[in-house]
Amino acid sequence: MNLKEWIFTTDHKRVGILYLIGSLAAFAVAGIMALLMRAELSTIGPTITANPTNYNVWLYTHGAVMILGFQIPALTGFFANFCIPLMIGAKDVAFPRVNALSVWLFYVGVILALLTFFIPDPPDIMWTGYPPYSTITTGNTAMYSFTVLILGFASIIGGVNFLTTVAYMRAPGITLNKLNIFVWCTLGAFVLQLIFVPVLGTAVSLISMDKYLGTNFFDPAKGGDVLTYQNLFWFYSHPAVYVIFLPFIGVVFEVLSSHARSAVFNYKMVVYGGIGGIVLLAGEVWVHHLYVSGMADWLRIGQMVTTLMISIPVGLMMISLVGTLYKSSIAFTTPMLYALGVVFLFLIGGLTGIPLAVPSLTLAVSDTYYVVGHFHYVMAVAGTFSIFAGIYHWFPKFSGRMYNEFWGKVGFWLTFIGSNVVFWTMMDIGVDGMPRRYYDYAHFPQFESAHQLMTAGAVVLGLGFAIAVLNWIIGAMKGPPAGDNPWGSPSLEWTTVSPPPHGNWPTPPSVAEDWHPYAYKKG
Amino acid sequence: MESKERKGKQGMHKQLVAILRRTSVAAFGFALAASSWAAGPAQSAASKINDPARGWDSLWHEVIVDITIIGILFAVVTAWFMFSSRRTADNQVGASPKLSPASAVGWTVLPIFIFLSIDLYTAANGWVLWNHYRDVPADRLEVKLESGMYSWDYTYPNGVRTQNELIVPAGKPVMLRMTSRDTLHSHYIPDFRVKEDSMPGRVTYLWFHPTKPGEHLVTCAEYCGVMHSYMAGRVIVKSTDEYAAWMKQEETMLAAAATTEAPAVPAKAGAPAAKPKKT
Repeated sequence: MNLKEWIFTTDHKRVGILYLIGSLAAFAVAGIMALLMRAELSTIGPTITANPTNYNVWLYTHGAVMILGFQIPALTGFFANFCIPLMIGAKDVAFPRVNALSVWLFYVGVILALLTFFIPDPPDIMWTGYPPYSTITTGNTAMYSFTVLILGFASIIGGVNFLTTVAYMRAPGITLNKLNIFVWCTLGAFVLQLIFVPVLGTAVSLISMDKYLGTNFFDPAKGGDVLTYQNLFWFYSHPAVYVIFLPFIGVVFEVLSSHARSAVFNYKMVVYGGIGGIVLLAGEVWVHHLYVSGMADWLRIGQMVTTLMISIPVGLMMISLVGTLYKSSIAFTTPMLYALGVVFLFLIGGLTGIPLAVPSLTLAVSDTYYVVGHFHYVMAVAGTFSIFAGIYHWFPKFSGRMYNEFWGKVGFWLTFIGSNVVFWTMMDIGVDGMPRRYYDYAHFPQFESAHQLMTAGAVVLGLGFAIAVLNWIIGAMKGPPAGDNPWGSPSLEWTTVSPPPHGNWPTPPSVAEDWHPYAYKKG
Repeated sequence: MESKERKGKQGMHKQLVAILRRTSVAAFGFALAASSWAAGPAQSAASKINDPARGWDSLWHEVIVDITIIGILFAVVTAWFMFSSRRTADNQVGASPKLSPASAVGWTVLPIFIFLSIDLYTAANGWVLWNHYRDVPADRLEVKLESGMYSWDYTYPNGVRTQNELIVPAGKPVMLRMTSRDTLHSHYIPDFRVKEDSMPGRVTYLWFHPTKPGEHLVTCAEYCGVMHSYMAGRVIVKSTDEYAAWMKQEETMLAAAATTEAPAVPAKAGAPAAKPKKT
């Protein structure tokens, strides 16, 4: 087991673990950025830096790296790579070498993102990169464009790979209605990536062309239009929310079902109503990010209706999550705690999104901490909790060892309490008018104590995450052997040895007629 | 045997169709009734000014109450299931009943119509309020705003200009026609529950209804550059008399400036919005 073997591996499980290591490194960097920002905001006026640009660079890095470097790669890189071939009984993915290329590109993208700290004029354009600022700033916009293009390309070739894998490499007997929910969710996410990433690629290429090559796509003085960028950007970046949401809710379904030893409630409703509904609606709601941008009134009203309708597929999934717990047999293990945490956090996050779907209500709270609190609940915290639930859940499978249950639970409670303190407070002062992306809040002295509370909460939150990551590192090195199927799950990935060898099974698996990934048997 | 089974299936299909029809009629009826009720008051009250800020407060309150009820409902059910389904023996597995095809469809269709009716009801309310936000009363003070890094520059209809201070009379709706000379900005007045971006190349607008004298913060809500968080100003609402006196004074100064052919400067030109405290 040497380094060269790992770098040039084509084994889907090792590619997945490379994705995991890279995305957790990105998570650590982006998390440190968050703590730096919270430290800066702990008092009015300059606290740890007197230069607002430093704060803006942290904010840019936090947003871009959390989304593009942590959540999307962890969910569609690590979980998809590690779980999908095992769940469908395949030896590997359809194109193993393309898979290796995608993880290399991912590392190039992450390294490029981290170079932000070593160049003289780092990008300070937020993860959205809106012109005209992004085309006139002294910050390095090209860095942003290339990071996005490379990570986007890595994701597209991953998408092609997995769609092919699930279409052609399922073990005999696994019909479409016997796929794990996670597999369905990831397929939905990759369909969205394949449709929408090119649009983002266009948008970020055009701002760099405007800035460095003298084109005028977004300069109204020379015939361009500012709003076009925002439309292009959100035409991808709202579906990107579902690229994160779908796999993360898929992970939650797997974890809840396994640790409650209960079949997913109304499987077909989740697959066709929930996942299908989200894939259908994903591309028709981006204008809700532009409710105060000066869009045409009829577009704002039209997309208010489509945005509100997102509550239908998401509501169906929530009903299924809760229904899965009915008359189940719940073991409150660490992964289960994180998964149950997602149910509550996502409930708060999802419901607080309803007012934001209404343009007339958004006119007051748009671009305030209310929005920031909402999307941290619904995407950042719920997403991260599900990633943590999934890592704990499959930890015995990919490492062959067991994590420490006590420290796992300590980590969970610290993050759960910390994140509620931070993001509930955030929504609260947002409604009262605290705008986002503020280096200093000199005009809002009434919020100083709330900001200090959030800083304290962020420290607790960070501590909880650090404990979880340490728990994995120590568990992977020194944990007791876990056995092949510690949770008693019928899902196919638990039928092979832990950790699975190259090729996954000594002889290719096939399934019985009455087999289903969620058919729990007493024993 | 075979025909019996087919008959059973046909019976089930009939049952499904009946369930579908009943639920859809009921849910659509409810949704339509709800939306027409929500749209009702707007038409009757068209004559007087609908202050969007007050409308915002009541709709916000209503939506927050709604989502709180839904949230508590879900949370209580989840907590109850968590409590009642604790694993008591190591080899225990879940004992939830298997859904029949009819109840599976019912559990899909019924929630869809419930959610859809809530959505349409919320949308109808939101649309009514939206029209209040976008229909500016004819009797109004119209001011041009040009935003720039990092100031708000207002121009009154008679040519009077101010910077970072929008002085308006109480009781009269104020409309801003906004554009920007550099990056995006967003003119956000928390007290009046309104904001809209300003940008180069397009003109956007917003309006609000100041009713009594006082001062209100204006702050930038769209990331516009390094000093974004210091870009602030004030809306100063004066009584009608005070406003008239102030405007007369400004007009005199403007006329004096014009006769001496001095370059036109903003009446309140001075330091930019604000600076960091310690640099």
